[in-house]
Amino acid sequence: MDTNIVIALFILIIPVFNFLFLGLLGSKMSEKTAGTIGTVGLGIVALLSYITAYNYFFGYGKVDGVYLPISEGFEWLRFTEHLHIDLGILLDPISIMMLVVVSTVSFMVHLYSIGYMHGEKGFQRYFSFLSLFSFAMLGLVVATNIFQMYIFWELVGVSSYLLIGFYYTKPSAVAASKKAFIVTRFADLGFLVGILLLSYFTKTFDFAQICDTSATGAILSNNVTTTFLGFSVISWAMALIFIGGAGKSAMLPLHIWLPDAMEGPTPVSALIHAATMVVAGVFLVARLFPVYYFFTPTVLQIIGYLGAATSLFAALVACTQTDIKRVLAFSTISQIAYMLVALGVSKYGAEHEAGLGYMASMFHLFTHAFFKSLLFLAAGAIIHAVHSNEMGDMGGLRKYLPITHITFLIACLSIAGIPPFSGFFSKDEILVAAFEHDKILFVCQYLVAGLTAFYMFRLYYSIFWGKETHYHHTPHEAGLNMTIPLLFLAFLTVVTGFIPFADLITTDGKPMEIHTVWEVAIPSVLVGLVGIAIATYMYKKPTLMPDKVSNSLGGFYKATAKKFYFDELYIFVTKKIIFNGISTPIAWFDRHVVDGFMDLQATISNGVSAKIKGLQSGHVQQYVWVFAVSVFIIAGLVIFLPL
Amino acid sequence: MDISLVIGLVVDYFSKNPMAPYLIVSTIMFFAGVYGFITRHNLLAMLMSLELILNAVNINFVVFNRFLYPGQMEGMFFSIFAIGVAAAETAVGIAIIINVFRSGKKIETSEVNTMKY
Amino acid sequence: MNLLYLFVIIPLLLMGGVAMLRDAKQIKILMAVGASLLLATSFVLLYAYMQAKALAPNEVMYFQSDLLWYPSFNIKLSLGVDGISVLMIILSSIIVFTGVFATWGLKEQVKEFFLWFLMLSTGVYGFFISIDLFSMFLFYEVALIPMYLLIGLWGTGRKEYSAMKLTLMLMGGSAFLLLGILGIYFNSNAEGGPLTMNILEIAKVHIPVEAQNLFFPLTFLGFGVLGALFPFHTWSPDGHASAPTAVSMLHAGVLMKLGGYGCFRVAIYLMPEGADTYTTLFLVLTGISVVYGAFGAIVQKDLKYINAYSSVSHCGLVLFAILMLNRTAMTGAILQMLSHGLMTALFFALIGSIYGRTHTRLINEMGGLMKIMPFLAVCWVIAGLASLGLPGLSGFVSEMTIFVGAFQHADTFHRVLTIVACASIVITAVYILRVIGKILFGPVQDKHHENLTDAFWYEKIASVTLIVFIAFIGIIPFFSSDIINESLTSIIGKL
Repeated sequence: MDTNIVIALFILIIPVFNFLFLGLLGSKMSEKTAGTIGTVGLGIVALLSYITAYNYFFGYGKVDGVYLPISEGFEWLRFTEHLHIDLGILLDPISIMMLVVVSTVSFMVHLYSIGYMHGEKGFQRYFSFLSLFSFAMLGLVVATNIFQMYIFWELVGVSSYLLIGFYYTKPSAVAASKKAFIVTRFADLGFLVGILLLSYFTKTFDFAQICDTSATGAILSNNVTTTFLGFSVISWAMALIFIGGAGKSAMLPLHIWLPDAMEGPTPVSALIHAATMVVAGVFLVARLFPVYYFFTPTVLQIIGYLGAATSLFAALVACTQTDIKRVLAFSTISQIAYMLVALGVSKYGAEHEAGLGYMASMFHLFTHAFFKSLLFLAAGAIIHAVHSNEMGDMGGLRKYLPITHITFLIACLSIAGIPPFSGFFSKDEILVAAFEHDKILFVCQYLVAGLTAFYMFRLYYSIFWGKETHYHHTPHEAGLNMTIPLLFLAFLTVVTGFIPFADLITTDGKPMEIHTVWEVAIPSVLVGLVGIAIATYMYKKPTLMPDKVSNSLGGFYKATAKKFYFDELYIFVTKKIIFNGISTPIAWFDRHVVDGFMDLQATISNGVSAKIKGLQSGHVQQYVWVFAVSVFIIAGLVIFLPL
Repeated sequence: MDISLVIGLVVDYFSKNPMAPYLIVSTIMFFAGVYGFITRHNLLAMLMSLELILNAVNINFVVFNRFLYPGQMEGMFFSIFAIGVAAAETAVGIAIIINVFRSGKKIETSEVNTMKY
Repeated sequence: MNLLYLFVIIPLLLMGGVAMLRDAKQIKILMAVGASLLLATSFVLLYAYMQAKALAPNEVMYFQSDLLWYPSFNIKLSLGVDGISVLMIILSSIIVFTGVFATWGLKEQVKEFFLWFLMLSTGVYGFFISIDLFSMFLFYEVALIPMYLLIGLWGTGRKEYSAMKLTLMLMGGSAFLLLGILGIYFNSNAEGGPLTMNILEIAKVHIPVEAQNLFFPLTFLGFGVLGALFPFHTWSPDGHASAPTAVSMLHAGVLMKLGGYGCFRVAIYLMPEGADTYTTLFLVLTGISVVYGAFGAIVQKDLKYINAYSSVSHCGLVLFAILMLNRTAMTGAILQMLSHGLMTALFFALIGSIYGRTHTRLINEMGGLMKIMPFLAVCWVIAGLASLGLPGLSGFVSEMTIFVGAFQHADTFHRVLTIVACASIVITAVYILRVIGKILFGPVQDKHHENLTDAFWYEKIASVTLIVFIAFIGIIPFFSSDIINESLTSIIGKL
């Protein structure tokens, strides 16, 4: 086996070993041992990912100026001659980028959790679940075939379920975890059916073969003509697969689980619900990008518009939320949708910056992972210090939490798209791609950029400036193992923007020439600054401005604050339709109609028997009469009837 | 019709069918037994009627054996067998009747109708 | 001597041993030893089978032996196994083994309980090793009758009603089955040979199509009743709810598999054309079972009812896959039998343990058990995850094999039906998570529950054994999948 694959294999083995080790023996260990084992394991994983990335990008990966995928695997479960699930490792630019993201953020979160989760009941369990999640997520990104991806997709879902419900005695956490799992599971059904449909035509699960347009091209384009409800079968398949991605990536209307998922411990939100798992949908679309682009452009367009709608919606809702984690959650939804917009407007190839959207999307995924996990970890540090999630309980914290303050500010500037922070570069590329290929989406995303700057600085000012709140305990900065991850991620937020992504990650592996488009870059910075300015005006000092604005918006504000009633819709569908509308009648039908029919047979037998039991009177002489008469009748019949 | 002619016919019939008188007797016995079994309300009388039925059958066995298969003995043995069984049965029957009598001081059939549905 | 005889002889010897002992403790130890012996023998059988398979790869059945039983009707006690029956025997041994440990706490009439329990196991083993219709039917009945007494005497709740209902419905099924078997028997000499009951010999002749069309539905329904085919599944909720732990385990874990196994070994194998005629009708029924059972489980309040409805859904999937009549789907069906057997046995073992402590099975009356009995709760979560098809556990492997296999069917109707069946994975998630959320998580509902103990050693043995096998199938699926796949060749050849 290739040594590079072996290194990548260890990236997967270490977390799964940690999971089993901590899960089975965790209760026998002290917190310190368990935390150390988990963190060191992930540290090694991160290191191995960096080695893999370095070797790939600057060594074996590039052949004749093109980055080629390398894969290795074995057959795990054979279905038919062509269809079999392989487990393997696929190294190509996007999977390696994801390896770096996942392992880095996971490592930081592990380190941070040692301090954050200190003294919690189930500390060891927490670390074992974190390792499980890391394993699943790493396995997802290196999947060689779509079914392997589905396997790890499910594993990721379960570990997310377990971690959201970590505080299992809290009913809200249990409800949130259940909701997250069921909503994503529902989306996964789409994914599964999509896989079945796609593989029925392509006769393979393998990404390389599916995306090899010369091989599958004939099959796929033959079936483009067979239509169902105006869509070709392949379009349906790809749309269904995207539904799986939309579920994990919290796209409208399947986003409802993500804000509730904030019930989990904050580092978990940073890892799973900001940086890694929620971008799986983006990764999935990127992975199958050639199929989307060449055979189902309509679906790709729908993805783009859905992304734009989601990002606008989530940005609006984020402006009204008061729980700081929920603001960040909606911000995450909005930013992921941004990435999907970029994919939606992307074309294929390196010439004339056709594949710019694809590159920008991956770039934004990369930078977003770091600054968003930084925001969450900083929020965790704040919650740790203040013991509340509510913005109203905070204010003027900049004096007490200087490090958190600075790192949070860096992340806010980055997400608002202010140079030279990383968010500026990636967001700018997305806007350029949208500008060149779809003006409507460009306008929409431009608006979202302004909104993003506004709500992030609303958050920032409400926490660190604003009213002087009196605290029961004077808040203080957390220990080193919590501040180091903040500083490290802040460092990454500053530098990652300068990585030459266009050389490394493109649609076809060939490096792409890009140039700055000033007529997009300057307005995008300006809109960010305007957003910041409004937020500064409204929230830096405690004023009555916010209330006035919200009152003047009236119903719209209320709808936004209620998250446009999507939660109510969810409750309606689950409680009223599934529970009361389908299941209860079915259960009733089963007990009373189906089972009633079976019981009816017994009742009829009983009734008939009750009617004829009178013959068994107990009077012997009656029996003899019957007997004798019957004998005569039968004898008469035998004798006189010509048989 | 002349009465002597009738007697002549009967004698003629009996001389042609030597089994007939025996069978007539046994048939009368059998139906007498059946009648008694159905109409009597006394268990003991019923048991006696049962004996009549059994003995009617025994007569048939013996008669058929004697007249149809004179060389063989199966019918004879079977009737002896039946007599033995009847004796045992009567013993059991009387035992039951005595028990019924002990419990109810009566041996009417209406006493023993609990064995129903 | 033929290894297969051991599977009938060991339980019979054990019955003798149990009958002679007086002390409950000694009986339990004897049972534990005997069950371990059966488990060991099953693995020896697996090893021997693999050796024999390597030597003669083209045989249909291995370790065949004939014992003329009733010459005038040419009825023989014919034994023989292929890979599928070997796996089924291993499943039975695992369930019997864990069932003994799950009932370790039994106090009343221990001897009688285990005597009937052994009789039930004899029937189950006998069914799986027989390749003669008559002896199959005989062992089938031997397995059914003890259920009546086991539920009626050691059960809980409306036990007499449930025992009666279960026995009568299954007996009704076997009446159909007997007709089907006789029909096959009297048509087994299509080419003029003697009438025979031997499956392999019948498989060689071609039963006339009219006869197949007449007797296939009878046979399929007969076995289908035991496989909880809609609308003949209603014995399952009541029966399981009343049955004692080990009986529920054995019944849902193995006995319901007799239905699926019989459908495919007798109905489909011997009457493929009949199967082809009726596939649409029965597919619709099984499709309904799958979705309907899952929806039915959502609103139940009693743990055993939830599990019983879930069994209806999962067993429906078995019959569904068998009717797809292709190799992949059938492999999936057998895998699903194994997987469901293990999973559901684990569930019933855990329900028994929890009920033994809390004295309630209503989910509204429990809560926060994770805190009180972590071991049982974790096992429950694992069982739940296996049931909703988490990769790495057995449920995923079997369900995916079924869905992929079924979806390869050339007919669009079949593919649409497959998509409908796929929907069950979401509904399953709903009811599994509902139960987990209600009884394991959240605050403790009942103050009296706070001092309850966690699992005892024997409960731990039972749960851990089952979990190990569930994980084994889930992590190394190619092992069992290959064995099944190879053994399907002769059946696929007939289709």
